[in-house]
Amino acid sequence: MPEHAPDNPRRDFLRKTLTLIPVVTVASTGLGVGASQLLAAPQHEPKVPATPPAGNYQPTFFTAEEWAFVQAAVSRIIPADELGPGALEAGAAEFIDRQMNTPYATGAQWYMQGPFKADAAPELGYQLQLSPQQIYRLGIAAVDGWCKANSGQVFAAQDSATRDHVLSKIEAGELAFDTVPAKVFFSLLVQNTREGFFCDPIHGGNKGMVGWTQIGFPGARADFMDWVERNEPYPFPAVSIRGERA
Amino acid sequence: MATVMKKVDAVIVGFGWAGAIMAKELTEAGLQVVALERGPMQDTYPEGSYPQVIDELTYSVRKKLFVDVSKETVTIRHSMNDVALPNRQLGAFLPGKGVGGAGLHWSGVHFRVDPMELRMRSHYEERYGRKFIPEDMTIQDFGVSYEELEPHFDFAEKVFGTSGQAWTVNGQVVGEGKGGNPYAPDRSSPFPLPSQKNVVSARLFEKAAASLGYKPYNLPSANTSGPYTNPYGAQMGPCNFCGFCSGYVCYMYSKASPNVNILPALRQVPNFELRPNAHVLRVNLDDSKRKATGVTYIDAQGREVEQPADLVILAAFQFNNVRLMLLSGIGKPYDPIKNEGVVGRNFAYQNMGTVKAFFDKDTYTNNFIGAGGNGIAIDDFNADNFDHGPHGFVGGSPMWVNQAGTRPIAGGATPPGTPAWGSAWKKATADYYTHQVSMDAHGAHQSYRGNYLDLDPTYRDAYGQPLLRMTFDWQENDIRMNQFMVDKLSKIAQAMNPKTIAVLGKKVKDHFNTASYQTTHLNGGAIMGTDPKTSALNRYLQSWDVHNVFVPGASAFPQGLGYNPTGLVAALTYWSARAIREQYLKNPGPLVQA
Repeated sequence: MPEHAPDNPRRDFLRKTLTLIPVVTVASTGLGVGASQLLAAPQHEPKVPATPPAGNYQPTFFTAEEWAFVQAAVSRIIPADELGPGALEAGAAEFIDRQMNTPYATGAQWYMQGPFKADAAPELGYQLQLSPQQIYRLGIAAVDGWCKANSGQVFAAQDSATRDHVLSKIEAGELAFDTVPAKVFFSLLVQNTREGFFCDPIHGGNKGMVGWTQIGFPGARADFMDWVERNEPYPFPAVSIRGERA
Repeated sequence: MATVMKKVDAVIVGFGWAGAIMAKELTEAGLQVVALERGPMQDTYPEGSYPQVIDELTYSVRKKLFVDVSKETVTIRHSMNDVALPNRQLGAFLPGKGVGGAGLHWSGVHFRVDPMELRMRSHYEERYGRKFIPEDMTIQDFGVSYEELEPHFDFAEKVFGTSGQAWTVNGQVVGEGKGGNPYAPDRSSPFPLPSQKNVVSARLFEKAAASLGYKPYNLPSANTSGPYTNPYGAQMGPCNFCGFCSGYVCYMYSKASPNVNILPALRQVPNFELRPNAHVLRVNLDDSKRKATGVTYIDAQGREVEQPADLVILAAFQFNNVRLMLLSGIGKPYDPIKNEGVVGRNFAYQNMGTVKAFFDKDTYTNNFIGAGGNGIAIDDFNADNFDHGPHGFVGGSPMWVNQAGTRPIAGGATPPGTPAWGSAWKKATADYYTHQVSMDAHGAHQSYRGNYLDLDPTYRDAYGQPLLRMTFDWQENDIRMNQFMVDKLSKIAQAMNPKTIAVLGKKVKDHFNTASYQTTHLNGGAIMGTDPKTSALNRYLQSWDVHNVFVPGASAFPQGLGYNPTGLVAALTYWSARAIREQYLKNPGPLVQA
């Protein structure tokens, strides 16, 4: 039997043992996750993960109105569908709120000295004075304001099809706001939603590793010596930094 | 009033590869050496500890290891007629922040150089005639030959623990049919480690390239294919293709870095001190302006400190070397109108093209598996390995699959036409994340009269000093070369029989986009050469103007290479260090008479 045959029992043994996360490093999580819990039974990707239980996270940055907007927006940017849970179920809204309390969100990681030239060519990159916190605050108010003016209701109160329609108009630059460029707000929202869907759960998003599971990313395994040359599905479920297993 | 420290023999500004190599060489020569690093102490522990380092958001997305542009950035404009604006967020390039510099978070592609690229202008004039080179193209010879550098390339590979397959060793062919590169120059010894394994994507590229008559070879990689101990006694473990390479600290001690491969040896010697959180403001010169007396820096608390030294090594990132020279008055600043002066001239980059191939679900490329230096390449269109005559452009391009690990936030590519959000995006992401091959044409980039560096008149850093200003845009030669290369690369992609491909190349009149990652391979601005009228440094990387200042780094390249620059940076630094040890210390003064 060739060594690489999928049903070669020795190969199967190696596959199960060599894909272990190095035991010595697992211990350093400090959470007492034993290596045996990480020893995975082979599965096949892609999988439709179960929806993680809804938490009762309370936002600390967003107001109640803003929080409703963020939840309504992420639920359309990466929707729950036949492939599995979406960004809302994965905790992307919680992730974004938590990120709003990091240096990233105040623009502290960016060069923010003036003079600013907000109408610079796009090839010169971001040139606004606004931090992510401000972009959210102003962008949400602008979109809710536009929705109310058009239909009497805020964004979060619209049905899914209408929310998609509004998001498409923002993406296309068809809505112009006085306070923040619509496209800048939209691209930040999409970027942060993706982050909340695909980050390690340690950051509050990707709960149950549902984002990773839907695309076949194995998370913090980070040890593929035995899989480098194989044109076949990687069979082990994702693990997180904290040692959770999908 | 600045605190004045005790005088040392040599002060090194920056502790990346160039600084670490210089520190090792100069301490071996018995000098008392202090290295000043603007950023914090960083090492495998704790910055690279598993599993905390397997965190895409913190590292590559929120840029944990990259330069803090809130304190210090560059301004950019596309032409002399524009007003430059600050690079407010990192995008096109990602210099490092602390100890190890970009050498801590790099990928590890570890090339030498194609010998003709060291004599770029002479070679093109000899083969194609003087008129083949556009009038505003300022390419030059380095002033040093491959033969002179070969022992230093060889030693650097042994220090880095580089994996690869030689083509010839001392003229004997050893690499045929084994993954050697038939275009590679001769070597004095094999690579210290055999080539790494190859991922499925690289094998698809290899097969497709071979079917078109090209000559695929294994990328030389400073990721270890097995356990290794380098000449300094530093130990490395075998790379396990974890996929968290570029932008990360290697938790396996497998990716060469100044921290893993050199710092452990320096820690053992009493005549070396590494001082992190020391932001150098300027090199101090004596009244004659022909001799440096040391440097002045700001320490972690914000105090100004003077460090006197007999020898000053500027080993900061490419553009910081240039900026420090301009801020210190070392060498005449370049004037693009008169085409005079030397500091800031010949600023060049990399000319990238990328093609993505998308496959059905029976092809598992498992793109989360990867190693930064690993892959399969061809050199059939690199350097001058093909006749440029009919094509009318200068420069070549290696092409490769270099799968360093694709993580989910940055994401795999989706086929052209896929929306950016919604169920259709989600489905395309799920369909293709583990079924795609990304390949690059890693093009050489030439230097031009209009692409240069100087000090910005408006914007300042956190310490009140002017930012460096880049005046830079793609030129006609760059676009023409890029289109030629991307066309060749697309044909290789098509030969893989994918479902579809996506082509990312340059279009006529495209401007340099600071927001979109290219490479961190910035070159020039403080170039080496044979004529003090057209180079800031002589062939030993010594300032023509201030003889006790040496400036190793890609800032010394007169133009950008087809290959990645780190291998040549390392070899040139060893070459310069040998000149300091064997010539300069015995008789301090200019090593080349102007």
